[in-house]
Amino acid sequence: MTILSKFKIAALAAGVALTNALPAAHADEQYFPLQSYRVGPYAAGGTGFFGGFIDYLNLINTRDGGVNGVKLTWSEAETQYEVERGVEAYERLKSNPNVAAWNPLSVGIAYAMIDRITADKVPLITINHGRTDSTDGRVFPYVFPLLLNPYSETSGIVNYIASKEGGPESLKGKKIVVLYHGSPYGKETIPIYELLAEKFGFELQQIEVPHPGNEQQSQWLTIRRAKPDYVVLRGWGVMNPVALKTAAKTGFPVDHIIGNVWSNSEEDVIPAGEAAKGYTAITIQASGTEYPVVKEIVSAVYDKGLGNLEDKNRIGSVYHNLGIVNGILNVEAVRIAQEKFGNRTLTGDEVRWGFEHLELDPARVEALGAKNLFHSINVTWDNHEGNGYVTFQQWDGKKWNVVSDWIAPDWALLRPIIEKSSEAYAEEKGIKLRTAEDAEAATN
Amino acid sequence: MASIATVLPASATLPRWLAPVALLAVAYLFVPFVGTSYLFEAILLPFLALSLAGVGLNLLTGYAGQVSLGSAAFMAVGAFAAYNFNLRVEGLPLVLSIVLAGFSAAAIGIVFGLPSLRLKGFYLAVSTLAAQFFVQWALTKFGWFSNNSASGVIDAPPLAIAGITFESAADRYLFALTIVTVLTFVALRLVASQTGRNFIAVRDNETAARIIGVPVLRTKLLAFAISSFIIGVAGVLWAFAYLRTVEPAGFNLDRSFQVLFIIIIGGLASIRGAFFGAALIVVFPLVLSRLGAFFLGDIFDSGVLDMSQRIVLGGLIILFLVLEPDGLVALWDRNMRRFGSVFGRR
Repeated sequence: MTILSKFKIAALAAGVALTNALPAAHADEQYFPLQSYRVGPYAAGGTGFFGGFIDYLNLINTRDGGVNGVKLTWSEAETQYEVERGVEAYERLKSNPNVAAWNPLSVGIAYAMIDRITADKVPLITINHGRTDSTDGRVFPYVFPLLLNPYSETSGIVNYIASKEGGPESLKGKKIVVLYHGSPYGKETIPIYELLAEKFGFELQQIEVPHPGNEQQSQWLTIRRAKPDYVVLRGWGVMNPVALKTAAKTGFPVDHIIGNVWSNSEEDVIPAGEAAKGYTAITIQASGTEYPVVKEIVSAVYDKGLGNLEDKNRIGSVYHNLGIVNGILNVEAVRIAQEKFGNRTLTGDEVRWGFEHLELDPARVEALGAKNLFHSINVTWDNHEGNGYVTFQQWDGKKWNVVSDWIAPDWALLRPIIEKSSEAYAEEKGIKLRTAEDAEAATN
Repeated sequence: MASIATVLPASATLPRWLAPVALLAVAYLFVPFVGTSYLFEAILLPFLALSLAGVGLNLLTGYAGQVSLGSAAFMAVGAFAAYNFNLRVEGLPLVLSIVLAGFSAAAIGIVFGLPSLRLKGFYLAVSTLAAQFFVQWALTKFGWFSNNSASGVIDAPPLAIAGITFESAADRYLFALTIVTVLTFVALRLVASQTGRNFIAVRDNETAARIIGVPVLRTKLLAFAISSFIIGVAGVLWAFAYLRTVEPAGFNLDRSFQVLFIIIIGGLASIRGAFFGAALIVVFPLVLSRLGAFFLGDIFDSGVLDMSQRIVLGGLIILFLVLEPDGLVALWDRNMRRFGSVFGRR
């Protein structure tokens, strides 16, 4: 039966090729290898994100017939968020032709892939996360921490706390505890919090929660003793609801807990129940189904039974919408690269060029049906983050409500720190800094 | 081996060295030219690193009878020590960094082997857990170990010996293969020596060993040191040749169990067993996963497939162990003997 269905697909594909009767035997395709994780402690994030990503690719195929006629394809390999499985999946999937970009959604896996994808000349996308200094395109030509790198996120959170307290001056003498996930991802922001504490004069304590984080009694007792004004939750997966529940148990007010960008989903708050009501978290994309692009996904994909999420209630959830935004950015990068190189299958390096010219202003975002879903992005050859804006949302027990404007992180403050780190990396690795001319050329 | 000789007619027995030499010849002269990057990166490199760790643990657990759950910790010590020697000592050849990393792991191994002087069996296993947690904690806690890298992840330096760099997947495979071959040879010599016989004496009956004059305490600590040395070097291969990046969490308790399962499934007190076990643990899940994805990938998503693979793998491991409690190596020998006797009759 399964083999039969494979034959059917092959026969169908052959039929399509024949009816087109074009000189090319098969149509142009662009392939997205997906190192997804649908089991393990981080499955909620994995299924939502990759579900949204696949749904958007499906929408482009069914609604537009691909990007300018180039059909989008993909396949998945399970990583369970583990580095060596991620590497195996990378080796397995990279043999497929026409790879556009990698999206592993794991800092550990992304780190292990940097040398490999740089040798392959294929972009690696780490939306909202990743290695901060990969923002510097001079040193990391193929790595893109799109929209929000960890330092910008930190700056956004501190700016938001400042605005709640009545301006940056009032942070002086305040006490902030950062509760972070014991993983490369969690530790990425330790130095930047220290720097911001020095700059703004707030007292800082950073406490680690060992992976996966299903036991936090001692951490929260430490927090109770420290009596901070705010706790920043830099969690992931099961750590987040446990943090919220333990906070409630130890009597820490939930509205003084600020979640980071991987502690901001429905899956983080619903299991915590009442304890999560009033919890605020940063995000770069709003949740909800009212955005035209999400509505189109429902009508063009889910209503035809092509949807990727098993539970349709998760449509429009934080991770699902993040996957959709990630889909938009990937597809638009391909589209922008096609404008330069022609409407055909692109090489990884050409798609890299597309990402380095990925400018979506609010008007273009609106045209894509994503107004207010996310703000805008402007990636250049040396700024691989693209100046994403952040906003804050509060959980009311049923849904997230946006409680702030779009806030800009303090990019000017962060850039020199990022460059210092990336230049040190370049020196250690013997990498020659890239120039704008180097970036303009793309190999095919 | 003796039993094989009794079954086979004398003329049909091949010299003992022939099979390993033939295998090595294939591994060196054939595989590098035909292997794909997937074969090296996803199968052979982790296989070699884990096999070596299995060889190391087998000396300690299989031969000397000391159960340890700290293998991943010793791998981590090796990986981080090699990284730091390489980083901080200007001009130190890579081979020397790796040897020093092995000695660092051996030193830590002796420290955590001390409880073995008083504890046995499960109690010792539990106390080696301390190594597992302590090492991971220390590597996370003190940024110095990872050169204060923000995320705690270290980047492996390029593999270079005497001006030759091992950059491509096939090169790194040859690099790992050479180290594994050398250390496996050393281990084979060791178990055939007086020290190896002391290990077995301590394992089989400590009191009897003491009476015949085996220095029990020294033998136990020596077993911990040698085993940790080899496991430490395996950690270097894991970090430098295979993943090329490493974080402390990559050497967690799961990895320790994985190494222990490798020697149990492969065959305790058998150097070959470590290779059989590693082959099963590394290769089998991949075969299952790829077959599953190929035949059922259109129907089920990757999560469901992954879950069902675990069930199949678990079931097969139970089946293997029921069929042959002495491990795959015994199963292999028995089948080879049968195979040989069939030929012998003709």
